[in-house]
Amino acid sequence: MKWGMSRGIKRATVYRSVAIALVVLALELLCRAGLITHLTMPPPSEIVRDLWKILVSGSMTGAILKTLTDVVIAFAAAVFAGVGAGAVIHRWRALRDGLDPLFATYYAIPIYAFYPLFIILFGLGDTPQILIGFMLAVVAVIVNTLNGLDRVPRALIKTARIYRLGPIKTAARITLPFAAPYLFTGVKLAVAYSFIGVIGAEFIMSRSGLGYEINFAYNNFDNAIMYPLILLVMLAATTVNMTLYHWEKKLLARRGRG
Amino acid sequence: MSVVHVSLRNVTRVYGGAGGGSPLHALGPLDLDLTKGEFFAVVGPSGCGKSTLLEVIAGLATTSQGTVEFEGRAVAGTIPDGVGVVFQEDACFPWLTVAGNIAFGLRQSGLAASETAALVRHAIDLMGLAEFADAYPAQLSGGMRQRVCIARTLVMRPRLILLDEPFGALDQQTRLLMGEELLRLWRETGATVLLITHALDEAVMLADRIGVMSARPGRLLDIVETAWPRERDSRIIADPTFGRITARLWQSLREESLKTMGKRPHVA
Amino acid sequence: MRQSWRPARNAAILIAAILVLWQALFEFAGRHALTPPFETFRYMAELLSTSSFWSHLAETGRAFAVALVIAITLGLFIGLVLGLHRLSAEVAEPVLVALYSIPKITLYPIVLLVFGIGVPAKIAFGAIHGIVPVAIFTMNAVRNINPVLIKTARVLKLSRWRAIRFVLFPAALPEIFSSIRIGFSLTLIGTLLGEMFGSQRGLGFLLMTAIGLQNVRVIMAVTLLLVLFAAGVSTLLLTIDRQLHRRV
Repeated sequence: MKWGMSRGIKRATVYRSVAIALVVLALELLCRAGLITHLTMPPPSEIVRDLWKILVSGSMTGAILKTLTDVVIAFAAAVFAGVGAGAVIHRWRALRDGLDPLFATYYAIPIYAFYPLFIILFGLGDTPQILIGFMLAVVAVIVNTLNGLDRVPRALIKTARIYRLGPIKTAARITLPFAAPYLFTGVKLAVAYSFIGVIGAEFIMSRSGLGYEINFAYNNFDNAIMYPLILLVMLAATTVNMTLYHWEKKLLARRGRG
Repeated sequence: MSVVHVSLRNVTRVYGGAGGGSPLHALGPLDLDLTKGEFFAVVGPSGCGKSTLLEVIAGLATTSQGTVEFEGRAVAGTIPDGVGVVFQEDACFPWLTVAGNIAFGLRQSGLAASETAALVRHAIDLMGLAEFADAYPAQLSGGMRQRVCIARTLVMRPRLILLDEPFGALDQQTRLLMGEELLRLWRETGATVLLITHALDEAVMLADRIGVMSARPGRLLDIVETAWPRERDSRIIADPTFGRITARLWQSLREESLKTMGKRPHVA
Repeated sequence: MRQSWRPARNAAILIAAILVLWQALFEFAGRHALTPPFETFRYMAELLSTSSFWSHLAETGRAFAVALVIAITLGLFIGLVLGLHRLSAEVAEPVLVALYSIPKITLYPIVLLVFGIGVPAKIAFGAIHGIVPVAIFTMNAVRNINPVLIKTARVLKLSRWRAIRFVLFPAALPEIFSSIRIGFSLTLIGTLLGEMFGSQRGLGFLLMTAIGLQNVRVIMAVTLLLVLFAAGVSTLLLTIDRQLHRRV
């Protein structure tokens, strides 16, 4: 029963947009009034303007591309390795039991603490950053893949056997489609973690990339570059996230809420 | 000397309409009187508004039109005193033991600990849960959990007991036995009982009167009297009139159920 | 009964495997890259016996504790308030999720500018990391309370406060505890990150200095200490978490 839900734009969306607009407006007024000093933060309108200037001038294109490439590599590696590892681990009970404590405590461990190690092992290029992004993301994919595979009901597997589908066809036609929403959760997390991992690592120590540029701008008191870049990262993360959120809702809606 | 305990007049319930989307006419218009101390069952096709009817009487939902009265006073969206409800879903508090669950309402009403303990003990024995008094709901079967919910409701000594398909999740044999227990409790407490069920035999076995509801929007099509003796149990199914009453119910119900399934009623 | 030592056995096997891998990596990469396991443990013990190290440890510990309290309190409050009304939850959720996925380290300069260099910045940064997930998970915990329990509370005519205290809160507790567990880990990470810049004391500072000096021994020993602490507390919280969820 879904009366009154999707008439045009939902009420919640309206409230949310208004709330966000009010916050931005408040910031703008506080900045203009001098209650937030220009040294601390420029008014939002100025930040947007400066961002536009930076994008147009192309001075940051190199950094943006570098970060983006690293994020994509980390993400792709995490998803492929994660789903593959998840499938293997799911079949091999002993391995799963052995790794279970690792997965349970993985995200409690400050992964960034391994970053210095990576730098020493691999030098200060792109590899340590991609590696951090990958390490943060891969376990989320594995855990969610395992979760999804767990949830395939026995009845469906039995149906596959009655239809005499081999293991590959079963996986392709039945297991994977059923587990898709859960896998998608893993993919969502992988995006976020790849982002966070790569940019965070760049911020801590690197020679290029958005994280590096933000750090550099901070050390040089260059608010005209720092804030726009921060805004850019926020916008990128939010956009990607919202897109995934939407896809996921569509996927779930078709499934009738799993 | 029969007193009217619950009275519904012209009750209608419409959902939605505001904020876009077409309104859903869930129930009514409907008139119904429940006599004090009677056992009344309601049967009807799925989606006909049986649960809505129960919620309206309990005060969990308001009427869009019409009045509901309990013990002479209007029920309008607040739960009146002396009403107990057993829901279809398992409503046991998972973090409390069986005894804790049953004692919950009493403790909340500020009753002294010693009195609470005595009442709880009595309810546990009555419902045959003595062995499981310190177990948690997660360790019990569905049937036992429903018994806990019933015990929790009864221990508050309600004068009106509303049950929404309480045995829906149980197998047939357990249902019959639970039905017997329900009859026994009904006789002991002297409460008025309204039972919603989709199982015709359950309704005929348990009730003094049975209301048949139409497909949505649910209205009362028929009220059938069973005229059973008060002292009855599940073996009443052997009575010759049992089959006749069930057949009469199904006659009205079959058409309504077909309508609900989207089929035209007069399929040859 | 045999099931109960299984997780312990698994953990032991895992730890053994990690140690072996570690040693092998050391053989492969050499001393300028890694310190072998035994030596790292020994050095960590050595550090823990020096008072100067303890002062750094205490500094981090204090900041972390404060950040954790703030993150959990505010996170719980926000999550509870938002979760109680369906509309507010719907409005807030995408915002919270978006905040969660932003690399918070990019906000760090803003935190520094607002709080200045020093302990408040560390605490703020740690708290920021923890608040959002605690709020999200708490909010969902409240939203996902079995509706029949809420109806039961109404039928029992509980006042709003009593309903929250005796029904809603216990019902949501397992998931709320999970949110606290996650908040713990993330606040720790946040506090450490906060210490790595603009701080002259604390474990994060030690780590940064060691990176600069390429002091592998210190890096590994401090990392080991952090991993042990985080994994230890996390396992403890996880055990409690599983206990709570078992009753559901």
